[in-house]
Amino acid sequence: MKFLVFFVLGVFAVLMFYATTSLPDRGDPAAPANVYVSPDYIERSLEDTGTPNLVTAVLADYRGYDTLGETIVIVTAGLACIIILLKRKDYDTKT
Amino acid sequence: MIQKHESIVIQVVARALVPLILLFGVYVIVFGHYGPGGGFQGGVILATGVILHRLCLGRDFSHRTLPPGLAGGAAIAGLLLFGLMGIVPMVFGGAFLDYAHLPLPGYSTVDLRYLGIGIVEVAIGLAVMGASVVIFDSLAGGDSDA
Amino acid sequence: MLETFLGRYVYAFVVALLAIGLYGMLTKRNLVKKLIGMTIFQTAIFLFFIEGSTKMGATVPVIVAELGSDPARYVNPLPHALILTAIVVSVATIGVALALVLKIYRTYQSIDEDDILKEMGK
Repeated sequence: MKFLVFFVLGVFAVLMFYATTSLPDRGDPAAPANVYVSPDYIERSLEDTGTPNLVTAVLADYRGYDTLGETIVIVTAGLACIIILLKRKDYDTKT
Repeated sequence: MIQKHESIVIQVVARALVPLILLFGVYVIVFGHYGPGGGFQGGVILATGVILHRLCLGRDFSHRTLPPGLAGGAAIAGLLLFGLMGIVPMVFGGAFLDYAHLPLPGYSTVDLRYLGIGIVEVAIGLAVMGASVVIFDSLAGGDSDA
Repeated sequence: MLETFLGRYVYAFVVALLAIGLYGMLTKRNLVKKLIGMTIFQTAIFLFFIEGSTKMGATVPVIVAELGSDPARYVNPLPHALILTAIVVSVATIGVALALVLKIYRTYQSIDEDDILKEMGK
């Protein structure tokens, strides 16, 4: 059992190291993540929204739909906590 | 159940720190346009202030001063405010969450989007603060056998 | 070879953190220790995203007048925005997971996996 776990971990680490060989170098300005939409955000954000903080502009304006989903997740997690730990009389006396 | 801490030093320091922490949380939320900050960070700072109050001053006193129902209400109000900011521009001819179509005459498009980002940050801050406090309250609420 | 290592050594740390988190989730019998493993795993993914946003010679993504709006002078703001939401969501997930662990403790008087399975078999 212990051997199997370490075998799985070894395979996982080797696969991940193999995957890193095709990733871009650290701090490469021409990396795919840095050339697709992010230059547009950086260039247009100030004149579009008047907000110097680009993270806020992306978070609340360009990707507001994503943020709305995250907010729903957080509030749902709070409700789930309340419901999980609710004291139900008929249930609690039985166990 | 969390009792009031027996040391007078901790009680006094907590009483002195909580308003400052809450003020700093509000500052972080409204400063999100110009520097590191925003709804998520500020909401969590507000929640830490409330949780410090709960831990140091005991549950009875803290629930009287900062009622737990208020936290749940803040979470729901933040979510509703965010949803409203999405719906209202739709009614006035824009897309969902398109702040440029908010029905405020006399403002330019840039100003409307600036304002929309501010309102959304406040909504996120309320929702995050409420949800964090609700999670803490329900985790710390049990006094049966923990 | 050395060039490749200097460019990619950060990914080695990320992979090490991922493996540590997976090890914690797979081998530990205590549910809270499993949660700690899950948190380490999540942190590794956050670090991976933030690392992908860096650019050499760039500064924080807050526009200042001296630098203008040149994309080469600011780091990529998109991973920061994604991870900012992901961190808070991970806190909420951990809250729900701790609530479930607390409920399990109240029902079975234990958070050890073997004890819980033995108790469930009764």
